Amino acid sequence: MLAYALRRVLISVPILIASTFVVFVITALSKSPISELRAKNPPPPERTIELERQRLNLDQPLLERYWNWLLGLFRGDFGPSVQSRMDIGAEVVDRFLVTFRLIGLAMLVALILAIIVGVISAVRQYSGVDYTSTFLGFLFLSLPSFWFAILLKQAGISFNNAVGSQVLFTIGDSSVYVTGGTWAEFTDILGHMVLPTISLALLSFAAWSRFQRASMLEVLNSDYVRLARAKGLRRGTVMRKHALRTALIPLTTVTALDLGAIISGAVVTEKVFQWQGAGTFLLDAISNSDVYAVQAWLLVSATFIILFNLAADLLYGVLDPRIRYA
Amino acid sequence: MPDATETQQSSPLTGQPSETSPAGQPEREFTVPERSQTQMILRRFFQHKLAVASLFVLLGVVLLAFVGGALWKYSYVDITADESVPPSWEHPFGTDAVGHDSFAQVLRGTQLSLGVAVLVALFSTVVGTVWGSIAGYYRGWLDTVMMRIADLVLTLPLLAVAAVLGHNVGGSWWLIAVVIAGLYWAYVARVARGVVLSLREKEFIEASKALGASDMRIILRHLVPNSLGAVIVNATILVAIAILIETALSFLGFGVRPPDTSLGLLVSNAQTAVSTRPWLFYFPGLFIIIIALTINFIGDGLRDAFDPKQTKVRE
Repeated sequence: MLAYALRRVLISVPILIASTFVVFVITALSKSPISELRAKNPPPPERTIELERQRLNLDQPLLERYWNWLLGLFRGDFGPSVQSRMDIGAEVVDRFLVTFRLIGLAMLVALILAIIVGVISAVRQYSGVDYTSTFLGFLFLSLPSFWFAILLKQAGISFNNAVGSQVLFTIGDSSVYVTGGTWAEFTDILGHMVLPTISLALLSFAAWSRFQRASMLEVLNSDYVRLARAKGLRRGTVMRKHALRTALIPLTTVTALDLGAIISGAVVTEKVFQWQGAGTFLLDAISNSDVYAVQAWLLVSATFIILFNLAADLLYGVLDPRIRYA
Repeated sequence: MPDATETQQSSPLTGQPSETSPAGQPEREFTVPERSQTQMILRRFFQHKLAVASLFVLLGVVLLAFVGGALWKYSYVDITADESVPPSWEHPFGTDAVGHDSFAQVLRGTQLSLGVAVLVALFSTVVGTVWGSIAGYYRGWLDTVMMRIADLVLTLPLLAVAAVLGHNVGGSWWLIAVVIAGLYWAYVARVARGVVLSLREKEFIEASKALGASDMRIILRHLVPNSLGAVIVNATILVAIAILIETALSFLGFGVRPPDTSLGLLVSNAQTAVSTRPWLFYFPGLFIIIIALTINFIGDGLRDAFDPKQTKVRE
């Protein structure tokens, strides 16, 4: 298994490098940050512009710029940002820590709910619960996430007005100034997370509960479950020990594959709730044509996606004894 | 999945109408009229009430957007004298702070969002299916190279790269469609490859190879018709996904740009006015939901119609 994991990581490296190259070319071809500097009124002196060009490595040819960026990574240097005071490496780590908080909780909530709802609607197929959850699943899959997030934000504001105090926070990832020690800080962060988590978890929940239902149905209709029942095992025992265990396995793969979509979803959620996370970092970087910042974002999220998929594949081998990694 | 003989009978290229029994077979004893594959699929689809209802609703929305949008007294760029008025007979969806008629804007947004979505579905389905089928059919090094390229596209987070590209190419709607399709075709290629991989091992393919059929004939006459079901279902659902991607992209400011408008842009403009001018926020969102929801239902109905095995529970 270790050999398999190592081989997978080694295969991922060239794919990762190739994808950063593609994005580097795409971003570098966009509007140059120098043209914005030139458009300033009064125009800065030619010397300043030339220095800025050199600082951003814009005087080098494209391939050389990419190569130097790649070499710089090994020294922990993510390259210069358009915003001259920003250290991209430190900034991107800070931002992703905030975002992972959101993504982690949202995935956990979505997974737990999806398993419960999926299993219940499979066991009670064609019941009222099943039809309701199927309809809700379709509805959530068709909801534009940004629209729903704004709606939630509005609901949060109304809720706060009704209660008369700020219980649910609708702006930012945490308060700037909190008094009262660690516990107060913790509840403050949690209060900020409630609404964004709901909005991000909903879409994955819809897709995963549909998937869990299908996978559970397939298992329930299989011969070995019928045999277990025919042997005289109790329904509850068959469900828990025989059916559910098998039916949970495919969900690991789907969860890992959906991570990219969840990271994209977090970009939208952060924008609506004005979080200082990785999503808004990316949006600012794109607007500023900040090539190295976009690269840093891509590198971290792509690495994360690849590692997560690897973990899911290894977990699959643990859960399903039929699979052996040679 | 239909088997090969059925497909051949129903195909117009054989020159034989499907009602008559093919030569060389014994006379049929049954009086039930024979149905072609297409007829059976259509019958099954029309039995799916929710899907049929969705089809009518969607057709209504499309007609409203394209015919209604052309006939409506205001255009989406018109600035009327009424500012920030709530919905009325004069302005069914109200107006914004500048005086734009919101109904005209929502119809225009629907036109563009639908246009982008259909184009995305079309592009990525054609490219993805051809790509995946060739890789799956020929296997070997060609498969490896083609699928590694697809994998490369799949590691790029779609919305992020679409935003970078959207920022570069500007706000023209068909370029946005090309950008999204340029990133989405790899998903379709994966699905198509999977279908072809399982089909190519089937006996009827082996049989036609033994009979001396060329690769071209096998692909066009056997693989394509047999994978058509999966491809059509996928393409339908893709339209719903593309609508959501395009609106999200426009919402973030990297999709369709003013003075033109899209449903996502309308929601984005209205996000600070949810409580003061709610009509500006609710109507475009409602249109996105209606379109995506009906397409998802139609896709579900099509899936059942093409592959009845999937929903049938073994007794």
